[in-house]
Amino acid sequence: MSALADSLFELRASYVSVSTMSREPRRGVGCRAQSKETEGTTHVLDETGSVTTAEPTKETHSEEDFDLPWQVVVHNDPVNLMSYVTMAFQRVFGYPREKAERHMLEVHHKGRSVLWAGMREPAELYVQQLHGYLLLATLEKIS
Amino acid sequence: MEICRHNDHVEISELDPFLAELLRQIPASGSPDGVAAAEQRLFSSPANRKETELCAEWKMYVEPELRRLFQSATETVAADLEQLNGNEKSLANRTLRIPAKHADAWLNALNQARLVIAAKNNFTENELGDHFRSPIGSRRDLSLFQINFYGFLQEFMLRDLGV
Repeated sequence: MSALADSLFELRASYVSVSTMSREPRRGVGCRAQSKETEGTTHVLDETGSVTTAEPTKETHSEEDFDLPWQVVVHNDPVNLMSYVTMAFQRVFGYPREKAERHMLEVHHKGRSVLWAGMREPAELYVQQLHGYLLLATLEKIS
Repeated sequence: MEICRHNDHVEISELDPFLAELLRQIPASGSPDGVAAAEQRLFSSPANRKETELCAEWKMYVEPELRRLFQSATETVAADLEQLNGNEKSLANRTLRIPAKHADAWLNALNQARLVIAAKNNFTENELGDHFRSPIGSRRDLSLFQINFYGFLQEFMLRDLGV
């Protein structure tokens, strides 16, 4: 598999996002590069390097919505100590104590707090780290 | 029981047999023992169940890493707790020294134990917040005491070791 085939990127007229992800061995699906125009023709560069042209469609999605921002949400848990949750936020996100405490209190009072938002891969890593601290954390797609 | 911080370790001294036994139960208490609620709490879903592919991948690739992490913490704690093993009839006045470098493992193992006990007993938030419940008159009361005792140790480590 070529380096290009290992990456997935997407171009838009009004918005550009580039993400290079080494998904192996977690994902067996093929990857592709795709240039997308909202109202125009779609040009797809496949794994062999050839470009195909497709008719415009109402909406084209990449194989997965990696371009959409995701958010890391931590949910309330009556067992975890407040001080422990604060420490976990400081360590995972590098937040100063005051900011970590604000999020902890938001979780405590409102039931959830959005700790971070961005691309899917780092969001997954954050959730994994939070699960390592045994916090109830989830990834949510920002629609 | 006395607990104090030294340069490179925490010392828990004058342990009575009851508290010593609770400490020795930390590794076993963190095991879900096939209880689905406990298993689900330790290995919670990373996303809404509708994200089926993400959840399936998580189970396959991330969960084993988390299991190794939790197991490693439990083994470190179990090794430290060997100080409490012995042939003596009484465990009175036994002392446990926890190296500061093991603090993370202790925090993790204590949290595993607290979460698993809470899940197995299906404690309500009100019960968990009732720190003055006494005396211990049932297995459920004992489990609640265990959660609070382990929480106390966590608080001490977080505060005094500056973890």
